[in-house]
Amino acid sequence: MNAEKQMATTPKITMRDVKKSFGDKKVLDGISLTVAPGESLVIIGGSGSGKSVTLKCILGLIKPDSGSIMIDGKETTGYSSAERDAMMGKFGMLFQGAALFDSLRVWQNVAFGLIQGRKMDKDQAHEIALQKLSQVGLGRHVGDLYPAELSGGMQKRVGLARAIATNPEIIFFDEPTTGLDPIMADVINDLIVDCVKDLGATALSITHDMASARKIADHVAMIYEGRIIWYGKVSDLDHSDNPYVDQFIHGRADGPITKNATFKAA
Amino acid sequence: MGFIGAKVSSMSDKGLKTIGEGFLLDMCEGVGHAILKALQSIGALCLFIGKSVMHVFMPPWYPRLIARQFIDIGYYSLPVVGMTAIFTGMVLALQSYTGFTRFNAESAIAGVVALSVTRELAPVLAGLMVAGRIGASIAAEIGTMRVTEQIDALTTLSVNPYKYLIVPRIIAGTLMLPALVLIADIIGIYGGYIVSIYTLGFSEGSYLTQTWNILEPNDVISGLVKASVFGFIVTMMGCYHGFNSGRGAQGVGAATTYAVVSASILILVFNFLLTKVFFS
Repeated sequence: MNAEKQMATTPKITMRDVKKSFGDKKVLDGISLTVAPGESLVIIGGSGSGKSVTLKCILGLIKPDSGSIMIDGKETTGYSSAERDAMMGKFGMLFQGAALFDSLRVWQNVAFGLIQGRKMDKDQAHEIALQKLSQVGLGRHVGDLYPAELSGGMQKRVGLARAIATNPEIIFFDEPTTGLDPIMADVINDLIVDCVKDLGATALSITHDMASARKIADHVAMIYEGRIIWYGKVSDLDHSDNPYVDQFIHGRADGPITKNATFKAA
Repeated sequence: MGFIGAKVSSMSDKGLKTIGEGFLLDMCEGVGHAILKALQSIGALCLFIGKSVMHVFMPPWYPRLIARQFIDIGYYSLPVVGMTAIFTGMVLALQSYTGFTRFNAESAIAGVVALSVTRELAPVLAGLMVAGRIGASIAAEIGTMRVTEQIDALTTLSVNPYKYLIVPRIIAGTLMLPALVLIADIIGIYGGYIVSIYTLGFSEGSYLTQTWNILEPNDVISGLVKASVFGFIVTMMGCYHGFNSGRGAQGVGAATTYAVVSASILILVFNFLLTKVFFS
């Protein structure tokens, strides 16, 4: 009973005081956050605030200078490359530019994690790939095309199909709607919500698109200058009493967050 | 009067001294930074090479990708390397003829062609041609994959990019270049033969006998060992610069340039070192 309760409350992702600098530039200045199983957390923040680096630290693509990152309660910062490869089996990731392998056909892209990562039989992986493609609204014929022959929106969908192909426990979305028209952006948002629910997965997204954040988030964390300055339920976003959050969600140029962009002479 | 003058001069001395010191310090700082940066990149390169070589000997391997690189690096380089070899052999015969007739030493031409081609020209020229052809394409391909996050995507799909991208290329480069050079040896000697027989009027039999008599296994083997080292250098440089490519089109362009230039220079340096080891 006790152990069961313990299992249920172990957060999927825990970051504690994670710091990272590139040269003299402090990008992460003590990030702490937790994501519970089955929860969808969206990190919002401006360009250059440290969102992408946070994500890449959790994935292990960037090594933090200090702090602790735990997945399912296990410390990952000291992992060897073999342990890391194994950990990646739990993850799926949708990249900002989709990051499809341009030398492979669409279905091979979707099946990549199954064939190369899990050594699945090719025909079986092909079937699963086509099934995942239809889940994101793409027909069988798309599977035989090359990524360069697809539009941006279709590439994102293929990227999503690839991210969910291995039925991951945790899915990361890096600016899922950037570069898409508003309708396609909403389609992608719907797909993300459906896929995450369908898999019962935990989701961590970063975005600066508030429409997207409102749609896919359970909780929202706002990052500014390498720190989490606000965390709360998505329903509390509009009455956060936080001037930074207020400025960001309303997209105002004036406020505590300054971009130092002006034509006027100082 | 004298007192004031002395005071003024000592002040200006002090001013000059601080300017001089500042300049010296700046200079030292600049040199120090440059040296630190150079050491840092040498260290990074060594770590990268160590990690790549370690992955060569650790499963899993990707046989299909290795086979593909064998074809790309070996088979498709044949025309370029073959052309280089045949014209080099022909020119060598012509040039040594004009030189050797002055000493009535025409009979040495076959030997000069055979030794120069197998020991030096075939490995070095093949290495340089492959550096241009393969080193550049590896750096551009891997660099583009870095810039478009495809390398990160590999990692997130539980595939180690070192094993998937780098290991097949360095295996193929290290093993295929000797094969290419062996073919280049034959074609190069044949180039010398054509010129000697058809334009210089040598007899076929004596040319081949002379070639055969002067060549020793070590001449060919040393060339093949060199080729193997050059193949490793070319593919390693392509992978390293591609893997650490900067952002955008400019980053990939720079990576390609660095890959070709560094591979070419390293080939020439290692050619000297290996020649020293083999023949002195």
